[in-house]
Amino acid sequence: MQGTCKTPFALSPPVLPSAPIRPVLLLYAALVVTSLVAGVASSGVQGNPDKDVLSISAPFEFTSHDPAKDGYIYSRMQVAETLTQANTQGEVQPLLATEWHVDNGHKTWTLTLRDGVTFHDGSPMDAVAVANSLNIAFAKPGPLQKAPIVGISAEGGKVVIKLEKPYSPLLATLAHYSTVILAPTAYDEAQQAIAIQATGPYQVEEFAPPHKLRVRQFAGYWGGRPGIVAAEYLTGHRAESRALQAKSGQADIVYTLDPASLNLLERESTVTVHSDHIPRTILVKVNSGHPFLKDVKARQALSLAIDRTGISNSIIRVPGSEANQLVPSALADWHVKALPPASQNREKAKQLLMELGWQDSESGTLVRDSQPFELTLITYADRPELTVVATALQAQWQELGVKVNVSVGNSSDIPRMHQDGSLELALIARNFGLIPDPLAVIQADFADAKGGDWGGMNWDNAEVRELLTRLPEETDPAAYRQASQRVAGILAESLPLIPVTFYTQQTAVNQRVKNFRFDPFERSYFISEMELAQ
Amino acid sequence: MRKIFWNRLLQAALVAWGVGTLTFVMMRSLPGDMAYRIAAGRYGYDNVTAAAAESVRTELGLDQPAVVQYFNWLGDLLTFRLGHTMVSGAPVIGEVQHQLGHSALLAFVALFFSILIALPLGIFTAFRQGGWLDRGTLFVSSLLRSLPVFVVGLVLILLFALELRWFPVAGFGSVRHLVLPALALALTLAAVSSRVVHESTYQVLQSGYYQFARLKGLDNTAVFMRHGLRNMLVPVVAFMGVQLITLIEGIVMLESLFSWPGIGHGLAHAIFARDIPMIQGAALVMGLAFVVLNALIDLVCYSLDPRSQLT
Repeated sequence: MQGTCKTPFALSPPVLPSAPIRPVLLLYAALVVTSLVAGVASSGVQGNPDKDVLSISAPFEFTSHDPAKDGYIYSRMQVAETLTQANTQGEVQPLLATEWHVDNGHKTWTLTLRDGVTFHDGSPMDAVAVANSLNIAFAKPGPLQKAPIVGISAEGGKVVIKLEKPYSPLLATLAHYSTVILAPTAYDEAQQAIAIQATGPYQVEEFAPPHKLRVRQFAGYWGGRPGIVAAEYLTGHRAESRALQAKSGQADIVYTLDPASLNLLERESTVTVHSDHIPRTILVKVNSGHPFLKDVKARQALSLAIDRTGISNSIIRVPGSEANQLVPSALADWHVKALPPASQNREKAKQLLMELGWQDSESGTLVRDSQPFELTLITYADRPELTVVATALQAQWQELGVKVNVSVGNSSDIPRMHQDGSLELALIARNFGLIPDPLAVIQADFADAKGGDWGGMNWDNAEVRELLTRLPEETDPAAYRQASQRVAGILAESLPLIPVTFYTQQTAVNQRVKNFRFDPFERSYFISEMELAQ
Repeated sequence: MRKIFWNRLLQAALVAWGVGTLTFVMMRSLPGDMAYRIAAGRYGYDNVTAAAAESVRTELGLDQPAVVQYFNWLGDLLTFRLGHTMVSGAPVIGEVQHQLGHSALLAFVALFFSILIALPLGIFTAFRQGGWLDRGTLFVSSLLRSLPVFVVGLVLILLFALELRWFPVAGFGSVRHLVLPALALALTLAAVSSRVVHESTYQVLQSGYYQFARLKGLDNTAVFMRHGLRNMLVPVVAFMGVQLITLIEGIVMLESLFSWPGIGHGLAHAIFARDIPMIQGAALVMGLAFVVLNALIDLVCYSLDPRSQLT
């Protein structure tokens, strides 16, 4: 009988049974209304529910308490502090260390610590704790490890750093987030940081990696009580989500906006978009040992073929960000003012390549010794604009007759392929403000004949090498500037790295936030200086 | 009943071994150098250098042969240890628990909402086959299913977070943060399940036994409750098992959009960073969750369908 039985006469269509359905429908309606009302009521029909909490959104994930890995988040949220800091010009200023002097032929630094500073766990910050913290930082990858340090110790209430040879960027290195000072109780036996017991105006209230960090003001802060009681950091992975958080008022400050969101936010009356230059440059790392690229004329030709103005206006959407050299003007010692602006000149570029023996072919790609001018450019997606700029370069070089295949991978491919020698071209965003003195970065990039992981590759210039070896020991500011200007000039001329554009950081700030200020070295969000309008 | 249990237990053991081995082999076969990937995950793109990669290689013993590492992992698995993540150094089990809790909450609420939407819609439209509501829901279902789930999420954000300002755009920690991601997922799930409910109910309504029940004089309520409901539920519950895949897929997308700290997002980031213990841990837990949920669905079907109890 089952299923296949045919009735010999017609039945009316089945009727919806009303009796059990009605209470079910009522129950449904009640559930839906309750959940909506509960949601709306708890939100107060507002973006940000907590008026006293400053809400910050940015794309950076944090996973641990380890300053070497995630120190930037504790430094920016003003939970942890370093011995020194930098002003907007990149000049080193006192922070937890109030003064310093150097002797023994610029090889022994003695730092005097600020009095009356306590850690969040209540213990006093003394020289022993600071030396312990710095020794742990020195044992991990980071800028401090690159300094020629032979010993860090506490002597007579002061911190003494002994060097193998003079190293002028030392104080700037001590402003890097990986050198934040933590209390001895913050580390376990294996010297891993298990908590952030630091000295900043805020202390960690909620630690929910990788997305949320909530901080509250620390009553025992040496610099007095800040205006904002608490702040919350939320990782927003997608640029569009972050822009919408700014627009809806859910986030008070949104860092690292993508160019596509700027129009949306500029129309919003409650949000102000701040544009600030940062010492970061988009550039092309070139394998100067490659047969096609070893002649400076080839690198100059590639540089001349780039339409930097088009990239600035249409992709970066910050007119005027064309880069004619590696280091932006904010780092004055390393920026040559006299250099002419970069301009596109495809004819001259073509002529330079012709001088090197390249000839036109039917396919449109230049040919020399029956080899086509074809290269692979690698880049990475951590900074979304890089992939778009890479395809723009691909198109612009194609017009010159240079065929470029773009490969988007992981950021670690750059140092890996540098080391194994397989890299041809790489589009990268280099941060020259990793520490306030760019010398350490430039030294890592160019002091070696083989180059640096993120710097030159198979490009060697004896004068640059000699100057970079001498500069860390240079104590006269005028001589330092003269040498650094010379290095910057040679780099701009020889193009071991081809500069494309300088960076501008776009930040959306809600109007209820007062005294917003941006740190070009991205060390601090300056929460303690801000206030919230009620 | 006992058979279901033993079968599923065996399946769980095979899944644990298979998922772990597969992820290990696949991660090892990917091009690139693991130490560099992990260093990028740990120290960020500004600080990944050859020196950082070498320090990672030494610290994690990555220079050991792959076979040794594999058997180390297998030994750990047999003693229920999942190891530590290569990026943060935290125990994998803790990370997975934290992330799985958030994902399970989102999945459960989304599934609950989807049932709330799909069941009444599907049953109602089956009784009004071909009516305007039936055609309307078919259109909306097709539309929702053809959109990627993050687009549904974005539309909800535009409407409820930006225009009406009822709910936050992203984040977690309160009920109001849960509503939009759960609703986006529920709508995508209900788009298909409402049609499955519809089809299943319609089949039952057209069947001989249903019509016979009506002919013998039972009232509409008694016919539906005694002969309709249980019969139409068996395929619906079985389909929900299949839909778990859509659920997981949707969670991976939505967690990123709504900054929700779930296991899908954690797994995606672990893959970028080649964090093998974390990938193995997360995949293992997700694989086992599949087995457990499928076992639960088997049990529900078993209790719903008396025919299966005879064999």
